[in-house]
Amino acid sequence: MAMVEERAIDRSQMKVSDEVAIEITGMNKWYGTFHVLRDINLTVQRGERIVICGPSGSGKSTLIRCINALEEHQQGSITVDGTLLSNDLKNIDKIRSEVGMCFQHFNLFPHLTILENCTLAPIWVRKTPKKEAEETAMYFLEKVKIPEQADKYPGQLSGGQQQRVAIARSLCMRPRIMLFDEPTSALDPEMIKEVLDTMIALAEEGMTMLCVTHEMGFARQVANRVIFMDAGQIVEQNEPEPFFTNPQSERTKLFLSQILGH
Amino acid sequence: MSDMNANRAFVRSDMLPEQAPPALETGVVKWLRENLFSSWINTILTLVSFALIYWVAQIIVPWAVFGIWDAGSLTECRAIRDELYGVSDGHGGGVACWAVIAERWPQIIFGFYPSDLYWRPILAFALFWVAITPVLFEGAPRQLLVVTVAFPFVAVALLWGNVGGPIAVALGFALGWAIYKFATPAIGQLAGTIATIVVPILYWILLSGYIGDGLSAILPGLEPVGSSRFGGFLLALVIGISCIVLSLPIGIMLALARQSDLFIINKSAVVFIEVFRGVPMIVWLFSASLLLGYFLPEGMDPDDLVRVIILITLFSAAYIAEVIRGGLAALPRGQYEGADSLGLDYWQSMRLIILPQALKISIPGIVSTFIGLFKDTTLVVFIGLLDPLKGLSDAIRATTEWNGIYWELFIFSGAIFFIFCFGMSQYSQYLERKLATDRR
Repeated sequence: MAMVEERAIDRSQMKVSDEVAIEITGMNKWYGTFHVLRDINLTVQRGERIVICGPSGSGKSTLIRCINALEEHQQGSITVDGTLLSNDLKNIDKIRSEVGMCFQHFNLFPHLTILENCTLAPIWVRKTPKKEAEETAMYFLEKVKIPEQADKYPGQLSGGQQQRVAIARSLCMRPRIMLFDEPTSALDPEMIKEVLDTMIALAEEGMTMLCVTHEMGFARQVANRVIFMDAGQIVEQNEPEPFFTNPQSERTKLFLSQILGH
Repeated sequence: MSDMNANRAFVRSDMLPEQAPPALETGVVKWLRENLFSSWINTILTLVSFALIYWVAQIIVPWAVFGIWDAGSLTECRAIRDELYGVSDGHGGGVACWAVIAERWPQIIFGFYPSDLYWRPILAFALFWVAITPVLFEGAPRQLLVVTVAFPFVAVALLWGNVGGPIAVALGFALGWAIYKFATPAIGQLAGTIATIVVPILYWILLSGYIGDGLSAILPGLEPVGSSRFGGFLLALVIGISCIVLSLPIGIMLALARQSDLFIINKSAVVFIEVFRGVPMIVWLFSASLLLGYFLPEGMDPDDLVRVIILITLFSAAYIAEVIRGGLAALPRGQYEGADSLGLDYWQSMRLIILPQALKISIPGIVSTFIGLFKDTTLVVFIGLLDPLKGLSDAIRATTEWNGIYWELFIFSGAIFFIFCFGMSQYSQYLERKLATDRR
């Protein structure tokens, strides 16, 4: 599974500060009568790179989707950047504009060009002048190494390129936190690396990141904490080195043996 | 066995270059063989079809082409025909009597609109094309939108000769805009928005009638023409265009309301849509002409034509709402989530992300509904308005000269309807091609 080449990672900017970015306490969520998330407690410091893994249906995607209120939680509290998540729409929109998100299926807007995809939210949510928004968009498109695609439509790009555009689109809002929901799961093996490289570059700049992913190579290299979830609960969390070499829970051992064993 | 295994190992030393497809037989012969004569059964079907087409054409084409254009009445027409082509036995061998069209076409187009005032509907029709150009075609100069905004008021003034009324109604919009612009900062967003909507409506109900009459008395006016003089394609186009233009925004709002999580809004939309769609159009037309007067406040008694426009608009808005709801449902959830995750609020995500895509998917359905609506305008004959198909052709047949003529009138009206409907269909295909950005 280690798709990422072992390259030297510049850790000079990767600093975990004492400031709390996300605080989740006693959070529970149900789909109808099905208890998807059970008593989640998680504190994320600014600058942390957290990888969340676990078998499918374990609630890991649901967890990060609760952070920007794409899913509602029924019990407990979520505080993002000091703002308590409530039902107030203004409050939700504010949190969403501070938290970037990348999806498994990219969710680019197919009727807009790449550039328009990137400038839309800054122009309408942040009220940035169009010219300035375009300059920002080009800056981030260069960062993800596809400035030459700016005038194309999403349908004309490969999966890896589309996911990099999706990352650039989120970055244009200058988020302080980035959520990744299985960003490489829908990609061909050849394209996974280009997306992971982009994510590593982002981590090197000190971005606070929560990634749901099965890329264990990425977790080893970049994460400062790995969380293993099963049946809607956090089963084990640790720094990557002890997590992979010396897992404590039987469930974690089984999971790791299944995804690393071949 | 070992030999075979040895043969299986293989390494390609050089990659194959791209090549042109093999030169099969191309052009007309290939097309004919593939499409018309690909098998014995197809060949037989092709020949039978050709025979059928020939049989129909050899009846219709001479009838239409050798038709008589110059005659004063149907009797005269028949006399000329007998003289030219020999006495007919009444079956086959006849020719069309286009003379009725040559003589009465202004009536089919304008109904009983005063003939010295024909320039007014013609001017309104010409302005209509100028007004919709910037809406239909992106490349058109944006300045034309001024015409688009002014057109509804100018058209009413031209068609009915009522100058004061449209100005008084337009003042209501200006009033709303002024409240939004100047009062909202003072009294807050919510109160400002409510006032922007409520004050103009009160103005329209209570004041605009008197102001309109007053303005008409002062301003140099056009000669008034009552709705009862409207007929033929003038009537069909006035109803059709008004209803198409009004029902699209209402339909969009209804579709969004039906998708809404807010219980009251959702259920109101469901009831509205199901009631308007579930009752035949003719019932609505009768209620337009008979019942609406009871429900509307005293003094607000629009004429038959306005009532018909209101009812047909609501009827087709219900259909449009369902077509657009289909488009909304066809969008992947990810589009809503993508918009949400960027912090766009509800109206922004609808306007910028969801509706552009949902409407694009719905184009064929929307245009179909509009084509149906335009043809359904002929149903107004049931409440005594002079539609081009039955109302006017009956009126023409009621004269002694043209008593007994059917086909020529129906074909003429049918052809005009076809031109408009085919035009709409072609435009929708153009739009679909233009908006197809999500394909490679």
